[in-house]
Amino acid sequence: MNIEHLYRQVIMDHYKSPKNKGIVADNSYMTVHLNNPSCGDEMTVQVKVQDHIITDVKHQGTGCSICCSSASVMSVTLKDHTIVEAQAILHEFYELIKGYPFNQEILTGDAIVYQGVSQFPARVKCATLAWKAAEQAIIKIKEGKTNG
Amino acid sequence: MIDINKIRKDFPVYSKQPNIVYLDSAASSLKVRSVIEQLDHYYQDLGVNVHRGAYELAYQTTMLFEDARQTVAKFIHADEEEIVFTRGATSALNMVAHAYRDILKPGDEIITSELEHHSSVLPWMIIAKQTGASLIYIPLTSSGRITVENFKSVLSDQTKVVALTHVSNVMGYLTPIAEITKLAHEKNAVVILDGAQSVPHMNVDVKLLDIDYLAFSGHKMFGPSGVGVLYGKKHLLNQLEPFEYGGEMADIVLKDSVTFKEAPMRLEAGTPVISGAIGLAAAIRYIDSIGLDNIHQHTRELQQYTLEKLKQIEGVTIYNESAENPVITFNIDNVHPHDIATLLDQNHVNVRAGHHCAQLITRFLGVSSTLRASFHVYNNKQDCDAFINAVIAAKNFFLAF
Repeated sequence: MNIEHLYRQVIMDHYKSPKNKGIVADNSYMTVHLNNPSCGDEMTVQVKVQDHIITDVKHQGTGCSICCSSASVMSVTLKDHTIVEAQAILHEFYELIKGYPFNQEILTGDAIVYQGVSQFPARVKCATLAWKAAEQAIIKIKEGKTNG
Repeated sequence: MIDINKIRKDFPVYSKQPNIVYLDSAASSLKVRSVIEQLDHYYQDLGVNVHRGAYELAYQTTMLFEDARQTVAKFIHADEEEIVFTRGATSALNMVAHAYRDILKPGDEIITSELEHHSSVLPWMIIAKQTGASLIYIPLTSSGRITVENFKSVLSDQTKVVALTHVSNVMGYLTPIAEITKLAHEKNAVVILDGAQSVPHMNVDVKLLDIDYLAFSGHKMFGPSGVGVLYGKKHLLNQLEPFEYGGEMADIVLKDSVTFKEAPMRLEAGTPVISGAIGLAAAIRYIDSIGLDNIHQHTRELQQYTLEKLKQIEGVTIYNESAENPVITFNIDNVHPHDIATLLDQNHVNVRAGHHCAQLITRFLGVSSTLRASFHVYNNKQDCDAFINAVIAAKNFFLAF
């Protein structure tokens, strides 16, 4: 376990200056709210899909640096992908978090720095909370559900 | 004075983990060797059921089990028949609440507090919903304490149940339960006390406090997990509707009716936690061999020593400086507790981060989570120093970004 593998500069940058933060009152977004009941973290994620393409991702929550930065990285990573691609990316991200080999052609960019989380089992839930919320939003959109 | 070096040798985990700085005893204490040996004795040498068998091994096991009941009874100044072995404090508190589902009526009031652990408040929240009774919260003082005056402000002729923690697992505050119980009894209300945090740290005399029920767990007092105790006044236990029905709790069983045995048997359906009960008795004997007062004095010294040093670190907020129990709950400005806890773990310092299964008091403090360091008999000043140094290092680590 090396602490430098967990708290990378990229992660702390996303924590201090998150991308796509702040949720909107707009019904064209699918909204999912998730809690991490053991530590009190909470995360709301909004996903907007047009013609099967994720055109926007928003997030807002309270939590540790791993949780909040991960929401920012998730939004950047999934944006502009089709929902089929996004689901493949989500799968590869979970593989990475578990410390398994992952497809580096599918999962690219800042998300790679969360590789170190696999050495800290207690933090896996933090790193995946926003991604799980996005996953649920995508599933709901695929099922043709609307908000509420 | 107690000999900490000698005491630490009684806890085998230190020989396997010599670097561990264990400050999470409010969640679960470390386990003492004599308890582990007692569990081994049951599984290696006995291994049979209690109360049922007409053979030598069964007699021996039953005797050990009932001796354990006696040891527990003496520890809290109760009678043997008033001790029910349960799965833990949670199970004990649920047993009592469940029985009141058929007793409480719309308009009745249950008094509780925001200081409760979820196991002390949630059963009553559900029972209140099912019965139409109201759940009333004692207004806490600005520092989060229960006072007799504030209790009086919510006590009424409708009060039927008072369910309170003896010591908060987050704040470490001691509830003035003797005075509260006296007032509650004037209204004929029953008092259920969550002793999970108090019994491992202070002398709890159920007769002196005059409480009606007390719940506590073995694993927070050097004993095994999976065993706890429900104390209840004899006449109350005998009225309590059993939470479970099954073996050894029934008296006469006919095709369409059943009578139950006297307490405690009527509340111990099925094979009890035999190893757990005799393990808990070994834990109590260990505590007695050191003395609760000596333990409390020692842990209070560590708490004060740590508080003085923690207060000097800039950017630290301490929520419970006046705590009677050796618990320090705090946060560091602009760093999430979970991030700090991971950094502390890098230095083998084990603390708790989160809401500690007590979301109401965490919300009362106006935060989503806190850090908690809690002490017990095996901790020493080196632990305190290691903790303080790790907090400073963690704070500096995050400041550097």
